[in-house]
Amino acid sequence: MATLIVPDNVSPSQDAEVLRKACEGWGTDEKAIISILGHRNAEQRKQIRLAYHQLYQEDLVKRLESELNGDFEKAVYRWILEPADRDAVLANAAIKKGETDAKVLIEISCIRSPEELLAVRRAYQHRYKRSLEEDVASHLSGDLRKLLVGLVSAYRYDGEEINTRIGNSEAEILHHAIKDKAFNSDEVIRILTTRSKPQLNAIFNRYREEHATSITKNLLGDDAHPNDFQKALHTTVRSLTDPHKYFAKVVRDGIKKLGTDEDSLTRVIVTRAEKDLRDIKDLYYKKNSVPLGQVVAKETSGDYKKFLLTLLGEED
Amino acid sequence: MALPDELGTLTKAFSGLGVDEKSLIRILGKCHPEQTKSFRKGAPDFFIQDERLFERWDDHRVKLLKHEFMRFKNAVVLWTMHPWERDARLVKEALKKGPQAYGVIVEVACTRSSEELLGARRAYHSLFDHSVEEDVAHHVHGSERKLLVALVSAYRYEGPTVKEDAAKSDAKALANAFKNADKKSLIDDDEVIRVLSTRSKLHLQEVYNYYNKHHNNIDEDLDGDSRLKEAVQCLCVPQKYFSKVLDAALKNDAEKNTKKGLTRVVVTRADVDMKLIKEEFHNLFGDSLSKKIEDTAHGNYKDFLLTLIARRDAN
Repeated sequence: MATLIVPDNVSPSQDAEVLRKACEGWGTDEKAIISILGHRNAEQRKQIRLAYHQLYQEDLVKRLESELNGDFEKAVYRWILEPADRDAVLANAAIKKGETDAKVLIEISCIRSPEELLAVRRAYQHRYKRSLEEDVASHLSGDLRKLLVGLVSAYRYDGEEINTRIGNSEAEILHHAIKDKAFNSDEVIRILTTRSKPQLNAIFNRYREEHATSITKNLLGDDAHPNDFQKALHTTVRSLTDPHKYFAKVVRDGIKKLGTDEDSLTRVIVTRAEKDLRDIKDLYYKKNSVPLGQVVAKETSGDYKKFLLTLLGEED
Repeated sequence: MALPDELGTLTKAFSGLGVDEKSLIRILGKCHPEQTKSFRKGAPDFFIQDERLFERWDDHRVKLLKHEFMRFKNAVVLWTMHPWERDARLVKEALKKGPQAYGVIVEVACTRSSEELLGARRAYHSLFDHSVEEDVAHHVHGSERKLLVALVSAYRYEGPTVKEDAAKSDAKALANAFKNADKKSLIDDDEVIRVLSTRSKLHLQEVYNYYNKHHNNIDEDLDGDSRLKEAVQCLCVPQKYFSKVLDAALKNDAEKNTKKGLTRVVVTRADVDMKLIKEEFHNLFGDSLSKKIEDTAHGNYKDFLLTLIARRDAN
């Protein structure tokens, strides 16, 4: 469930006026910006941008970019973009970062629906004049490239039909690959990057039935230090099977990184506020015995904090 | 029936692509039983002398004849199909037929626009309850799998922007791969697959041209791997590729699957680039495509094809 709180009656042109006023003159009225944008869904934000452009011949996004700064600006910038465009920006940033932290790319390709992923690919082409897969491919190599290009190029069947025979044979194949520690086998990559989500869940369930452990445990192997590829495999399976649990963990790790890297926390809150942030909050509380809102309030500050809390549905 | 001539016409009506319905009606509709018997005796390719002293149809021939009669029907059904369904079914059929038909998968993946390929993938979901990439990955084995899966999964950028440096470095990457071709097969090479399956077609043109200018002749270098050569041709010089498919289909001794190329190419390209294909065909083979079809095909099937390939000529 979403955490975003939206009022019943909204007027895009009124909102545009308020935002204009907030940006005019000396200083910026961040409170007004948060109180409007923090309570509008994607369609409404789109309408506000259009209204703002009509009224003032200016791109609201550019205006906000120049008025705001720091983590608050980054969060608002990501928030105000349309979801597919936002994911394209996040993907490009992740690719450019040069690390082989494939989390963002895996999230986008495994947690979005097939049609949403397509929209991201289109938005990426529109923005960067190249395809997403060509950038992923040219910045990575080896096994990680094979996995990630496969994941971002997938257009998975999105129906409910599953085939039990295929489920069983694919589970066997995974079992053999894991047993031989051949985690990077073409078969493992094939299964993870082409099968539909319901089919994958059937495969993983079958695996657990037959081998008494969940596949996620076995994918990390016995190594205390799994390599980047193994970590990516692990992330892939978790994103495909239990995205809420996955995000709760990203948030927890993200909070530990605060002070040096706000990106993870911002990303989860901004991208899930309209989807399932409530479920993630509940799971976070279950696992950490402290409400997420409380932790965010303690570990962040200023307008950035206020904005995050608003998106989390925590009002003052 | 003036025997040798009509016999020849009758035999011809049953040979080649499609059947000459008009001749069959004209000759068979009017001839006497005695004349039909002479036809049977005089056509050892079609009829065999049975031990119980009668001439019987060769079963295999009847089967072939069934295909020839169906050629027009298949062309009509394929022509009227939505392009997405058409491409999805072509890929599925190729997967079922096995490695000798995989060229069709390359053809569909590489010669359609990004949106057309996407549409075909959607239709594939509806028709077969699987994604095209999962079926290709599951059915194709060996070294071709990686390339084919990558090609059908592509959603290439189609705008005008091409970065020259990137094209140059891609050409270099290909050159390296070709140099090591005896140690590592080309079609398995990650860089070759990356370039061919992710880059835009305009970018690939640059790579193709740059390679030919600064390294080697790319067509020669690719001679060792026909699947790769097909892919490169489909992506960079599709009209050349299609002309070759047509030429092979129109040969007298073409085998069953090759012959199907004629219907497939005419139906799928009639409204896309048939004019260019006709020009390229003439450049490569000296004959006009319509003349070749006139010589090799018959009846309604022939008329249908000729009409299709001429339909955009007035523009």
